[in-house]
Amino acid sequence: MSQNSFSLGIMNTRQQSKLIYSWYGKPMSSDRKLRTSQYKGIVITSESSRTETCIQLGDFILVEGVNADRPYVAQLLDLYEDGAQHKRAVVQWFCHIGEIPQNKRKLLKREISPQEVFFDQVLGYDTDIDAQTIIKSIMVIPLHPEEELPITLNKEQTFYVKQSWDGKCFKALSPDTFSKLKAKKKKGSTPDSSEPFIPSDILTPLKKETESVVRSATKPKNAESKHSVSKSSLAKERQSQRAANDIKTPTARKKLELSSPTRSKGRLLGSEVLDLLDDDRDAIAPLESAATKRKVTFTSDILGSPPKIPCSSDKSKSVSDTAEPCQRFSDTIRLSPYPKAKDFSEKAKNLHMEDDIIFLVGHQKPGTQSPVLTPRSRRTCAQRTSALIAQHISVLNQEDDLSSSDSSYSSSSEEEEEEEDVPCTPEKKTKSSRIFSTPKSSSKSSVHTPAKTPKKTPLPGTPKTPRNATPEIPRRSHAAQKPASVLEEARLRLHVSAVPESLPCREEEFQDIYNFVESKLIDGTGGCMYISGVPGTGKTATVHEVIRCLQQAAENDELPPFQLVEINGMKLTDPHQAYVQILELLTGQKVTATHAAVLLAKLFNTPGPKRKTTVLIVDELDLLWTRKQNVMYNLFDWPTQKHSKLIILAIANTMDLPERIMMNRVASRLGLTRMAFQPYTYKQLQHIISSRLKDVKAFEEDAIQLVSRKQYIPRAGGMTARVVIMHSDKMSGFSSVWHNVAALSGDARRCLDICRRATEICEFAEPKRSPEIVGMAHVTEAIDEMFSSPYINAIRNASLHEQIFLKAILAEFRRAGVEEATVQQVYHQHMALCRIEGMQRPTVSEMMAICSRLGASRLLLLEASNKYLHMRVRLNLSQDDVMYALREE
Amino acid sequence: MKSAMSKRKLKDTCGASAECISQVQKILRERFCHRPSATGKLFGIEFQYRHLLELLKRTTLHGESNSALIVGPRGSGKTTLLNHVLKDLREMKQVRGNLLEVHLNGLLQTSDKVALKEITRQLQLENVVGDKVFGSFAETLAFLLEALRKGDRTSSCPVLFVLDEFDLFVHHKNQTLLYNLFDISQSAQTPVTIIGLTCRQDILELLEKRVKSRFSHRQIYLMNSFDFKQYVKIFKEQLSLPAEFPDEPFAQKWNDNIQHLSEDKIVQDVLQNLFHHTKDLRSLYFLLMLAVSAVTVHHPLLTAADLQEASRQHGTDSKANIVHGLSVLEICLIIAMKHLNDVYDGEPFNFQMVYNEFQKFIQRKAHSMYNFEKPVVMKAFEHLLQLELVKPLERPSARAQREYLLMRLLLDNTQIMDALQVYPNCPTDVKQWAASSLSWL
Repeated sequence: MSQNSFSLGIMNTRQQSKLIYSWYGKPMSSDRKLRTSQYKGIVITSESSRTETCIQLGDFILVEGVNADRPYVAQLLDLYEDGAQHKRAVVQWFCHIGEIPQNKRKLLKREISPQEVFFDQVLGYDTDIDAQTIIKSIMVIPLHPEEELPITLNKEQTFYVKQSWDGKCFKALSPDTFSKLKAKKKKGSTPDSSEPFIPSDILTPLKKETESVVRSATKPKNAESKHSVSKSSLAKERQSQRAANDIKTPTARKKLELSSPTRSKGRLLGSEVLDLLDDDRDAIAPLESAATKRKVTFTSDILGSPPKIPCSSDKSKSVSDTAEPCQRFSDTIRLSPYPKAKDFSEKAKNLHMEDDIIFLVGHQKPGTQSPVLTPRSRRTCAQRTSALIAQHISVLNQEDDLSSSDSSYSSSSEEEEEEEDVPCTPEKKTKSSRIFSTPKSSSKSSVHTPAKTPKKTPLPGTPKTPRNATPEIPRRSHAAQKPASVLEEARLRLHVSAVPESLPCREEEFQDIYNFVESKLIDGTGGCMYISGVPGTGKTATVHEVIRCLQQAAENDELPPFQLVEINGMKLTDPHQAYVQILELLTGQKVTATHAAVLLAKLFNTPGPKRKTTVLIVDELDLLWTRKQNVMYNLFDWPTQKHSKLIILAIANTMDLPERIMMNRVASRLGLTRMAFQPYTYKQLQHIISSRLKDVKAFEEDAIQLVSRKQYIPRAGGMTARVVIMHSDKMSGFSSVWHNVAALSGDARRCLDICRRATEICEFAEPKRSPEIVGMAHVTEAIDEMFSSPYINAIRNASLHEQIFLKAILAEFRRAGVEEATVQQVYHQHMALCRIEGMQRPTVSEMMAICSRLGASRLLLLEASNKYLHMRVRLNLSQDDVMYALREE
Repeated sequence: MKSAMSKRKLKDTCGASAECISQVQKILRERFCHRPSATGKLFGIEFQYRHLLELLKRTTLHGESNSALIVGPRGSGKTTLLNHVLKDLREMKQVRGNLLEVHLNGLLQTSDKVALKEITRQLQLENVVGDKVFGSFAETLAFLLEALRKGDRTSSCPVLFVLDEFDLFVHHKNQTLLYNLFDISQSAQTPVTIIGLTCRQDILELLEKRVKSRFSHRQIYLMNSFDFKQYVKIFKEQLSLPAEFPDEPFAQKWNDNIQHLSEDKIVQDVLQNLFHHTKDLRSLYFLLMLAVSAVTVHHPLLTAADLQEASRQHGTDSKANIVHGLSVLEICLIIAMKHLNDVYDGEPFNFQMVYNEFQKFIQRKAHSMYNFEKPVVMKAFEHLLQLELVKPLERPSARAQREYLLMRLLLDNTQIMDALQVYPNCPTDVKQWAASSLSWL
């Protein structure tokens, strides 16, 4: 066996052993211009265990992923070496349920086993990966949607695929894809466990192939057809077609990627996508069929295969047994694709009127040929059916009752199932018979990843906060009342929680943040932005609005998709919990803080082939401060990494936070992209309130007319509700109210609360009278209520001796010239005052009681009371205030 | 037959049966002790009552999130107000089953971790997890926030959080709990209303600026803003027996007596004095409790003298009471300390100084006093220390000799003089010495 091995050892952290990747066989074809050469297999040699694993084109593989515990599943489509002698691989991805956005998962309407994967048709993922990220080969078995997952022993090695996922919805696998995957499965089914292994059934054909490759090295085009002598004419035709394609695929793809930046944005035209994928498909298809053919012919060889095979002979026998019917099945489909598809579509059409459920199946068989996947030869058929599919899907989405089945259809579906079941059942039996009763039911329900490290396996057993338990506040027994009056409606709109359609007065800030994130998204780079501003100036609201718009754009395929992670320093119990939360939101793992930090660092520092850009919002940044500042350091260090694809929006209150509390190295990583939210001016506050009230439907006619002069609160049924907001020139007194609020805080929350309170006061004051007018008086009252100092009132309502005590304090302060006195000193003053007023003097105990009461209200500041008479007393408000409060009476 | 009737009548007129008296005691004591129960009446806070009721009604009916603080000095009826409102609210038909209540107390939930556990327990969210007790603080917080985030205004059951001793929650680390509660109340999540009860007037200054911004700044102040007339009325109402009292004639008599008392000059003086000291209704109840204790079968009706006695007990000085029980030697030491205080203007002293002062008195003046030896005097001094009439400036250490530890007297001159006035069998020379430190010269 001739192997030209370019050994390049890398440290695989998972296995802690050196792995050497080398090509299997001679290059199949090469492109001089781009200096690429293609190979049909790669050999992974582990230095420590001295074992070799050969992975061939079409095999299913695990690829190192974001998460060390959760490698990606993919199918190897192409292997080549680029100009810089890097080993590259082109793959078809499969995705775990964990990679699908939470909100889309419910489209499935069923429990997903961790072993199930989805045929990934999401655009935008890079399918060209570094060959050295390949971990090992595994099995992926296609199943029909109705089928249960077979019970298998080897959970880490076997995955099942039922449906495809294109970023928007799930579809059943097209028969074409299905059969191809099925054909592959056989090849991939033999590897068992992580033992050293060279696939036995591949061994023999490989020899032949390599021979043929050697022979035809000079004329690569012929080489392809050489080993497929027994192929049908159709396959031959495709083969040659593919040979041509094969050579150009990697380069063509590369060119495409380079030349069309639109692709990364997902703006490919449908036809382009189709062509592109067609190329892919055509490239795969003949090879697959060739492989399956070969396998069938060499089954006898397997039985008598050399003792290199680690697995027992009966196992391989069972495998070969399964292979045959499977092959037969795929053949039948392959041979008569036209009539079948037509048949189904017709059937579906007929049944359309009778029962909707049929569409599920009818749609799964012929309908799964999503336009993207359809091979060229079938396109006409696909086009015909695609319209039907669209119909079906729309019906399907509304259809909930999937359990009942139609008799007229069931016969055909049963036939289908029988056919499908044949290849699967023997395998299931042979495997399960060797195992003692497999606790499938429990493992199925538990939420745990197949490739989990044993350390974490007890997790589902002790669910601290189980992921499947959804904590929820109980529903209310009566429906919430609708706002009945104008004021109630207004109050609803004025509530801070009410989400306005737009954020007035923050357009510039919005645009700046939007542009920043958008540009980074398009570039696929990372970056930080620091946003500051006093509370209640709309920082978080604006950022959320930006994200909402970006998400919308991403959904419309105007922007590359991104992942949103949001943490809030105030909602963390400890700064280090930030790691835990970020990791959980990113990957759904629950680990300790230190472990999470390691995983995140690995995630952001290593190039991930299949990772979207992450947008991280860090609210209340200042609370992530630690003495060593390592949390902040890490957060801001990640975006600077080359492959991180991380955009951070950090929000905090203070403008000079980076200078004030951050070390230089942290502040420098934060960068200089800063934005300060200024407190709202009174005009802006005015605008916010009016924009919130303006668009109540009942008021529109009047409001439009009146907004220009006086901004009126919406009205209903002819009741005029004159509102609080007036033009400053018309009512200067009123606008001073807003001046006040703005001067007090510039806090929009406060402003809204005042208005809300004003409507209450109005309602409270005149419950029956209409029109209900929220006037100046009400607003002023609300402001008084909220902002007046309570001390004055508290002093005026204090008892006589308490007031005298305060006077005594003032007298003592004046006497001593120090703003602090002991109780004893004050007591003497108090006695003197009592003597003047002719009052009964209090005892010391009573004095102490008075003192502690005033202290509890914090009119006084007191020392610990065990000092008794020597306890020191201070006023908690200015002497003038006390005097003012006492004089008035 | 007739005689029996007349006998009973006689008994009725002269007083009341033992059961009747115990009944009275029971009713009144319950009224004075279990005030927070919503049975009591509200005095002078009708406006605040309506405000709070409207607020909570909106929460339950409209699912509007709110936050408010009830601020008022101790005994001003914050809890009573809230309980009243909640009781009335629960009686409303639309409200039943529409409000979850979580009661927290700053004295019990001393940290956010404990508070969060208590919240999950009271919301019965732990059922979701089976019997599992929550793991870490972080998990509990995340869990709870998740639970509250899931709800929305129209469908979720509103949650009322009552935070008693609100000011103590302010001291929790980062004010995490308050931030999160207020944040929920200001965002479109499960409708919550947060009611904080506190006696601190400066509560808003304690809130962190972010927390403060999220608080709606609704404050309901309770001020005890009634005048003396109303105070007397409260006194009357609190002492009156209810109409459903079993022994009607006695109740009538009792109530007449109370009416009479409230117009009595002495009683008014007693009440006025108390009213001047504090408007806190709790101390009024305490006074009345003492007075009511004097009611017996032989003394069935409350008199002005009872109230006066109660007032005297109520107002006695605790330290002066201790002085009454001291020995003459101890009294002498206290007088010596008083002189030292006068001479050195309140500077701390030690035992040796006191002893010297005492020796001076013995040698020059005292005729009735026996010259005690130093260890005996020391013993007396230590007794005073134990009674906390004197207090060391710093903790006694092994190195410092006990004689030279610096001390302070925890009595005022007036207290000493008052105590000496009533001290039984006090030698005259001691009294004279107390009156003037210079009299022996």
